[in-house]
Amino acid sequence: MTILLFGITKDIVGSSTLSVPTASATGRKIPKTVKELKEFLGETYPELNKLSSLAVAVNNAYAQDETSIDAYDEIALIPPVSGG
Amino acid sequence: MDFRYDRQTRLKDFGPDGQDKLTKAMVLVVGLGGLGLPVVQYLNAMGVGTLGLMDQDVVELHNLQRQVLYSEKDLGQSKLEVAHEKLQAQNSQTIFEIYDTFLTKENALGIISEYDVVVDATDNFPTRYLINDACVILNKPFVYGALHGFEGHVSVFNYQGGPTYRCLYPNMPTAEEIPDCNDNGVLGVIPGVIGTLQALEAVKLVAGIGEVLSGKLLIYDGLSQQMSTFNFKTNPVNKEINALQEFYETPHCEVIPEISANAYWQFRNLETEHILIDVRTVAEFEANHLSNAINIPLNQLDPKQLDFTLNDMIYVICQSGKRSAQAVKQLQSDYPNIQFYSILGGMNQMMALSHNP
Repeated sequence: MTILLFGITKDIVGSSTLSVPTASATGRKIPKTVKELKEFLGETYPELNKLSSLAVAVNNAYAQDETSIDAYDEIALIPPVSGG
Repeated sequence: MDFRYDRQTRLKDFGPDGQDKLTKAMVLVVGLGGLGLPVVQYLNAMGVGTLGLMDQDVVELHNLQRQVLYSEKDLGQSKLEVAHEKLQAQNSQTIFEIYDTFLTKENALGIISEYDVVVDATDNFPTRYLINDACVILNKPFVYGALHGFEGHVSVFNYQGGPTYRCLYPNMPTAEEIPDCNDNGVLGVIPGVIGTLQALEAVKLVAGIGEVLSGKLLIYDGLSQQMSTFNFKTNPVNKEINALQEFYETPHCEVIPEISANAYWQFRNLETEHILIDVRTVAEFEANHLSNAINIPLNQLDPKQLDFTLNDMIYVICQSGKRSAQAVKQLQSDYPNIQFYSILGGMNQMMALSHNP
């Protein structure tokens, strides 16, 4: 699955997109929900865990923690931004 | 119809009706910085009848790369006055209401209630949440814009029963989570793009044309010239705001250096030479104070009268730690090369330690 990164998540990861393996080649548990995806990404990028307010969109729609995700979904991490 | 607006009243989907609605509209723009300036310049040019302008900053050199209404000769002047003067020259028909203040919990409801639409062109979370809550209470739509580096976000909240800012981000992030205004940097042209999109949304909303960005968050990425739109829904809980919160933390971009009372207590015991300023009132000071403290009440703190050298270590104390934090903030901006510390918990904590070290 492809993850689009915005705001500070882009700075944390150092790229504007991220690919999460869908086959369990790495032996890691593949995230099935938004919440699991956040935890999955947080293991690799601990800075993401500090974001208390992080919107996640699945296929261009705002999703809840329990929203399920699969390999074909396009996911976006959208943290709040404040500059003016 | 005024010939001045001929090029837009010619548009079949805008027409004299659209112009009439603009003329009757009252729009409040909060913030006259990178986002606010393109908003007010376009709304003023296009003939919005009444524009509310609000800001309390002065024009600084580092503003000029993106706040393109201001010139070098405006440095040190009030943004509100400079913008007001230039906008009056741009369109003498506009009625301007000017507010030489920041938006606060005390003034928000009174001011916003006068307007049809609010444009959030601020640069900090506390004010954004304050605008959101005040608009929900008063049932006013607001046009949101915000920046991060090469990226900008735009949406219209609380429009005809639509979702609010809290439907996207229910709670305010902490200051440590998301770098703001001065820390992260912004490419000069990005606020121009985003502020202009905000002006367009305000015009659409007022004139009743097109599809307002309600329930949609538009993200513009300047580096790839891509726009993405994300849909979100109303969470009814967020429409049930009846009163403003007791606190919206004061907007600040700096972190106040503080030292715990305990650490300062230990430091004192080493008998290292240092300066201690007590910013409480004379009466409070006379009632009790630490042995080497110099009393300068906060309201008499005039940095020009003080004489520090680079190697001084300066600690500031008050009763609880609140006034000393304010004093450190003030002193730090006047003496950027000297390190000041505010003592957390103030005299309350120091007294407790002296009884129970």
